[in-house]
Amino acid sequence: MPEHAPDNPRRDFLRKTLTLIPVVTVASTGLGVGASQLLAAPQHEPKVPATPPAGNYQPTFFTAEEWAFVQAAVSRIIPADELGPGALEAGAAEFIDRQMNTPYATGAQWYMQGPFKADAAPELGYQLQLSPQQIYRLGIAAVDGWCKANSGQVFAAQDSATRDHVLSKIEAGELAFDTVPAKVFFSLLVQNTREGFFCDPIHGGNKGMVGWTQIGFPGARADFMDWVERNEPYPFPAVSIRGERA
Amino acid sequence: MATVMKKVDAVIVGFGWAGAIMAKELTEAGLQVVALERGPMQDTYPEGSYPQVIDELTYSVRKKLFVDVSKETVTIRHSMNDVALPNRQLGAFLPGKGVGGAGLHWSGVHFRVDPMELRMRSHYEERYGRKFIPEDMTIQDFGVSYEELEPHFDFAEKVFGTSGQAWTVNGQVVGEGKGGNPYAPDRSSPFPLPSQKNVVSARLFEKAAASLGYKPYNLPSANTSGPYTNPYGAQMGPCNFCGFCSGYVCYMYSKASPNVNILPALRQVPNFELRPNAHVLRVNLDDSKRKATGVTYIDAQGREVEQPADLVILAAFQFNNVRLMLLSGIGKPYDPIKNEGVVGRNFAYQNMGTVKAFFDKDTYTNNFIGAGGNGIAIDDFNADNFDHGPHGFVGGSPMWVNQAGTRPIAGGATPPGTPAWGSAWKKATADYYTHQVSMDAHGAHQSYRGNYLDLDPTYRDAYGQPLLRMTFDWQENDIRMNQFMVDKLSKIAQAMNPKTIAVLGKKVKDHFNTASYQTTHLNGGAIMGTDPKTSALNRYLQSWDVHNVFVPGASAFPQGLGYNPTGLVAALTYWSARAIREQYLKNPGPLVQA
Ligand SMILES: Cc1cc2nc3c(=O)[nH]c(=O)nc-3n(C[C@H](O)[C@H](O)[C@H](O)COP(=O)(O)OP(=O)(O)OC[C@H]3O[C@@H](n4cnc5c(N)ncnc54)[C@H](O)[C@@H]3O)c2cc1C
Ligand code: SF4
Repeated sequence: MPEHAPDNPRRDFLRKTLTLIPVVTVASTGLGVGASQLLAAPQHEPKVPATPPAGNYQPTFFTAEEWAFVQAAVSRIIPADELGPGALEAGAAEFIDRQMNTPYATGAQWYMQGPFKADAAPELGYQLQLSPQQIYRLGIAAVDGWCKANSGQVFAAQDSATRDHVLSKIEAGELAFDTVPAKVFFSLLVQNTREGFFCDPIHGGNKGMVGWTQIGFPGARADFMDWVERNEPYPFPAVSIRGERA
Repeated sequence: MATVMKKVDAVIVGFGWAGAIMAKELTEAGLQVVALERGPMQDTYPEGSYPQVIDELTYSVRKKLFVDVSKETVTIRHSMNDVALPNRQLGAFLPGKGVGGAGLHWSGVHFRVDPMELRMRSHYEERYGRKFIPEDMTIQDFGVSYEELEPHFDFAEKVFGTSGQAWTVNGQVVGEGKGGNPYAPDRSSPFPLPSQKNVVSARLFEKAAASLGYKPYNLPSANTSGPYTNPYGAQMGPCNFCGFCSGYVCYMYSKASPNVNILPALRQVPNFELRPNAHVLRVNLDDSKRKATGVTYIDAQGREVEQPADLVILAAFQFNNVRLMLLSGIGKPYDPIKNEGVVGRNFAYQNMGTVKAFFDKDTYTNNFIGAGGNGIAIDDFNADNFDHGPHGFVGGSPMWVNQAGTRPIAGGATPPGTPAWGSAWKKATADYYTHQVSMDAHGAHQSYRGNYLDLDPTYRDAYGQPLLRMTFDWQENDIRMNQFMVDKLSKIAQAMNPKTIAVLGKKVKDHFNTASYQTTHLNGGAIMGTDPKTSALNRYLQSWDVHNVFVPGASAFPQGLGYNPTGLVAALTYWSARAIREQYLKNPGPLVQA
């Protein structure tokens, strides 16, 4: 039995949806010559992000069990905390599911002709026959299998502290799976979670640009002629490719 | 049966910097020129149009503009005794695949060369004696001097619209106190544009380096500091430091590229044709094997097509040039055991070291601001600007802050000891993303007997041809130099008074890691020189063996430079083109007698 009762998923969701609304005050726009039209942003009210909250999304690649795992994992890899929303609220799970339907996920962008030498030195890079889709499928089943054998419950049903503990064991290579190297699965999960937290919202993640806002990245502004030499905070909030403003 | 096209005067394989320069020069000479480019047509529109180009996931992370390794990659092993494995995912280097080549998505640091590096072996032997050079180190002289190349460096800068500050022009000091580099060789004219502005990180580096007695200078950058029209009539607008530079098409027409700076002029002339989606399989030779008759390629539909030509230019990027020579039987393949043969020898890279400094929240380095060619550097440890005698290694390293723009997925660095996930990672990322300085020692890399290129016995590309095999690892000299440079760089970082620093250098016995980005500055394999026993090309980049094949690109460098290579690639291409125009066309045959 896990030490703590599993977090109540519903209460959890409500709490996180509330933190989703970014409260941003816009500094005055006295940039002058050279600033793009985007910089000349009018004062605007804090608003609910245009994209639907992460919870409405129905996965198309992941099964219900896998989907529960992905959500439970991303919520620990980049957790919601006092700094603001985490990867789950930013839509990283949705992002990962959407990515599973791109050529990247089938390994179509990688050289995938054999012979494969899975035990090659790490300096020779990725040498497995597995695509990201397969890594997820096998990795999730392996972690859930381990969790069940250990505590009778799948990963997603564990409380956050236990999930953190399991993830740490995977990261450290303390868990070994038959079907997929645990570290490979873990690093793919962390990489894709970061992508979902920090990508342009056009890809389904970083909803409300919450990832960008927390670190001070101004998104698709891409015009800094007048800020190059200034040792000062950049004054404007992020914008996305579609023109949303954080 | 291959379709046979109408014969042309010259066929160019690859349309990156080298191919575009050759195309321009040879069409000016009146030749009928066809350029075959394996990848698609690409240009500022649509590949670089705002705002869709400001998409980190699509471009840097999913690598949309880079070579499609599912079709064609290289295999890599660390030594002759290992079995090479394919580079299945892009990592250490990011070659281009379409019109413009890597020249469309490069950064734009646009250097010349330190003159001594063109005479690497002679210089070291003269100053330090023969024995100073390790026995297995195969460094050589290029066979061409800085003075010979100067007019071509000068013209290339005018074509690229390069921003920078000269130190001397025709012997007159003009750059003191203005950001010129006192170690830079003399120039025949100033840079076409003044230096760009500098970001806060670069200014911190400048101040720290100066406090230690070094001589900071502005990086010469092929990102424009102002409006510019080049000698071909191509127009550029000022770079706005958008931060989506390295790995991206510039949406501002501010970063020099074959597409922006040369292709518009080529489109105006009737004797040029660019054929994208044409993957060249090999150069065809006549029965004597001393003369090329043209090339064979696969078109977009998968048909085999033969393009006859009197002159064949291999401009397919360093390792593709070497592979095409090996696949076509041009020049004798290198045998590292006997140390004989030429094609594949002297394969070298870049010997990078990096230091990151982390600051409190009152220092705003705003790392999302940046331009690929921009920054402040020192050359106090580059080339042979310091006495190597007591240190016992060959090679030098410029050091710099070259803030090209840090995007959030790749992320800023976090201080050593930060976990890779969880709240602690999140906090460190938020604390330091806009408060850090990244600086590099962009070390020169030497060539060795054991680092070479040949064809892989096992793995093949999508067209059934053997992949190129890289046998490559860091050698003792490389590690020793890297440790020396990283130590100097760390002291500069410390002089900035940061909260903490992170040091990324090489340790003894470290192996070449194919998975982490180094640079796309690969050199050698089809090197130029004065002796056909130790070089594949003569000093005009002409094959010693097949006189109507010329091979421009960093494949011609006998070893790696401290500086980035493209300035020298461009100058050598103009130099070679002049020899073709002024000598070869009048009297086709070897330009240098073997
Ligand atoms: C991210 C990045 C940043 C860089 N930054 C800098 C920098 O700041 N400064 C610097 O000096 N250098 C830089 N470089 C390196 C620079 O891009 C190269 O040195 C330069 O582009 C080399 O020019 P090239 O013409 O030899 O090759 P490329 O520009 O790569 O062009 C070769 C072309 O040949 C084509 N080709 C290959 N094989 C075939 C075939 N079989 N058939 C037909 N076509 C073929 C390719 O598709 C490609 O388009 C950078 C590179 C990268 C990737
Ligand atoms: S930083 Fe400058 S040169 Fe680079 S892509 Fe942006 S505008 Fe173009």
